[in-house]
Amino acid sequence: MKRVTLVLTLALAAGLSAPAAQAQTLKTIKDRGMLSCGVSQGLPGFSSPDDKGNWTGLDVDLCRAVAAAIFNDATKVKYVPTSAKDRFTALQSGEIDMLSRNTTWTISRDTSLGANFAGVNYYDGQGFMVKKSLKVNSALELNSASVCVQTGTTTEQNLADYFKANNMKYEVIAFATNDETVKAYESGRCDVFTTDQSGLYANRLKLANPNDHMVLPEIISKEPLGPMVRHGDDQWFDIVKWTLFAMVTAEELGITSKNVDEKAKADNPELKRVLGTDGNFGEQLGLTKDWVVRIVKLVGNYGEVFDRNVGSGSPLGIARGLNSLWNKGGLQYAPPIR
Amino acid sequence: MSTEARKPPPQIALKLRRALGGKAGWNGVAVQLAFAAILGWMAYEIISNARANLENQHIAAGFGFLRNNAGFDVNQTLIPYTGSDTFLRVFVVGLLNTLVVSVVGIVFATVIGFIVALCRLSPNWLLSRVGEIYVEIIRNLPLLFQLLFWYLAVLAALPNPRQSISLLGIAFISNRGLVVPSPIGESGFVPFLAVLAFGIVASLALRIYARRALYQYGHMIRIWPYLLALLFGLPLVTMLIFGLPFTFELPQLKGFNFAGGSRIIPEFVALAVALSTYTAAFIAEIVRAGILSVHKGQMEAGSSLGLSRGTTLRLIVVPQAMRVIVPPLTNQYLNLTKNSSLAVGIGYPDLVSVFAGTSLSQTGQAIEIIAMTMAVYLLISLFTSAVMSVYGWRINRSLGA
Repeated sequence: MKRVTLVLTLALAAGLSAPAAQAQTLKTIKDRGMLSCGVSQGLPGFSSPDDKGNWTGLDVDLCRAVAAAIFNDATKVKYVPTSAKDRFTALQSGEIDMLSRNTTWTISRDTSLGANFAGVNYYDGQGFMVKKSLKVNSALELNSASVCVQTGTTTEQNLADYFKANNMKYEVIAFATNDETVKAYESGRCDVFTTDQSGLYANRLKLANPNDHMVLPEIISKEPLGPMVRHGDDQWFDIVKWTLFAMVTAEELGITSKNVDEKAKADNPELKRVLGTDGNFGEQLGLTKDWVVRIVKLVGNYGEVFDRNVGSGSPLGIARGLNSLWNKGGLQYAPPIR
Repeated sequence: MSTEARKPPPQIALKLRRALGGKAGWNGVAVQLAFAAILGWMAYEIISNARANLENQHIAAGFGFLRNNAGFDVNQTLIPYTGSDTFLRVFVVGLLNTLVVSVVGIVFATVIGFIVALCRLSPNWLLSRVGEIYVEIIRNLPLLFQLLFWYLAVLAALPNPRQSISLLGIAFISNRGLVVPSPIGESGFVPFLAVLAFGIVASLALRIYARRALYQYGHMIRIWPYLLALLFGLPLVTMLIFGLPFTFELPQLKGFNFAGGSRIIPEFVALAVALSTYTAAFIAEIVRAGILSVHKGQMEAGSSLGLSRGTTLRLIVVPQAMRVIVPPLTNQYLNLTKNSSLAVGIGYPDLVSVFAGTSLSQTGQAIEIIAMTMAVYLLISLFTSAVMSVYGWRINRSLGA
């Protein structure tokens, strides 16, 4: 890991010492013929490679949607696996065009890293997982426990806050990668494993006996996870932001990957605007008029993507909850396309 | 009027030319100046461009972040530390963790290395084979692999705290580490420390005096009864007067873990064991080479003077061997210190892990943090080699070389 950081830092120093390339991201990607997208090193449901090496997941589908909007081909993505602590350096150095890696939006990350968050594709919160044999029913019973956590995350800081606020002692053991953390938890080095709740469910699938472990009810933080882009290229920032909004809007209007062609023919002013038969919003973004059609047809709307990767259609089976659309009691809300 | 020997004209220009340009003369000077100028220009370009681009991307630069709150905890701290301390303190915590594992590793590596070397040199067939097998296996396996072996295969197999292995009911071994009773200072602590310090200083002075008496006047002075009295007798007397210097707090199982006592975390043990056994294999070969480099005749000369085998080794062979041993030994010490950064792999909170890892990702100050970390390793290495150079110089001087 150290070597990776060092290489990235050298790349960062070199990248930063090259003349600034502002507002060139879209052109660079088109010239390259490939979107370079930073993802996790393997978190089922969000970004993980399958047995054939194809990446799938909620975060991966966002990369694919951006590639679909640019190239009309969702496969033109180069996935760059990044650890929690190397991810921002990879973005700053220009190694990746966007970071779609279950990353929590915080003010310090938004302001000091030279990067912007382009929305929220999953509303999450931090939780705890323990072995059922410990007979613990609440996070408040965890005094003097040993806790395994992945280093360089907001999780690590929330953990410190939570135990301090509740006047409890604990021992933290921080590992560089998700897999090392899970392995240490499973081997009994710690009593508790903590990360975002979606991550707990995803990682529980990796354990030898998932049913011996339970997720405690407490959620101790707000973790809005979303994609990031570098500062300094507003057009690119808009493209990533509106790709996500387009997927949410498509779900709201009932446009799915199956019926998108019919909907494009419908004589409905809102559908016409969104699907590009009326107006030229896609071109204003630097894309084509049918950008939403491409995204929905090749990747799907937000609801389809959610169900397929983390929701009812996946082994994780996470309920929509906060991630329902705004008119169904959730928080997913897109500004109008007009 | 006295006649003086005619001095040759001063040849300042010539000397300057040779010093700066070597055999190439003034051309050499010009080439060197040009090269230095190019280097300087490149450094300037890199720094100024990096600054401009950092500003363009609104990435905060500078060392101001060191005063911010870190907000995360560390599981082994030699100085008091909580999540509300600053990144500067995280830096110190990580640095101390690196230093403590390096020093412990160096001490054990040296001891194990010498023992293995003596085994290999032993005329006993079994001992020398054991030494050989140790060296060949350990030095031919990657260090990271050995580290993971100790951590995941050996230490993780220990039972959990509730079923921990009890050592006489005062120390406990579990997969959370080794818990031992921790000393708590009592009223007799300060006088005890003071007397102990006095005893050590006085013993050293006594030794210097005895050596001088031996070398200059040929008097053999027996000092060990005095040393015994100074180092053990005096502290014992103060204990009788002032009471016990400290009592021990016994660890007790409470909830998930042990409360009270001090704990050595398994990550530290795994790292220290892996580093010292690995480096010891190399040190063993260095020591063996050093001892073999002393001619057999030296040993024979010693015995013909009537010295015992042990005395010959101590006074004649080892000092000459040390001259050969010290420079490569220094290299091994430096390697061990730098290898301690593999701690990242098992979650031991060393400098690279907590500062160049966690702090870097929390603050995003890659350039500053990596530069500081590099500077620290450079300083540690330079300091180690300086100490070893002084030691080597003293050996050479005492040998009259």
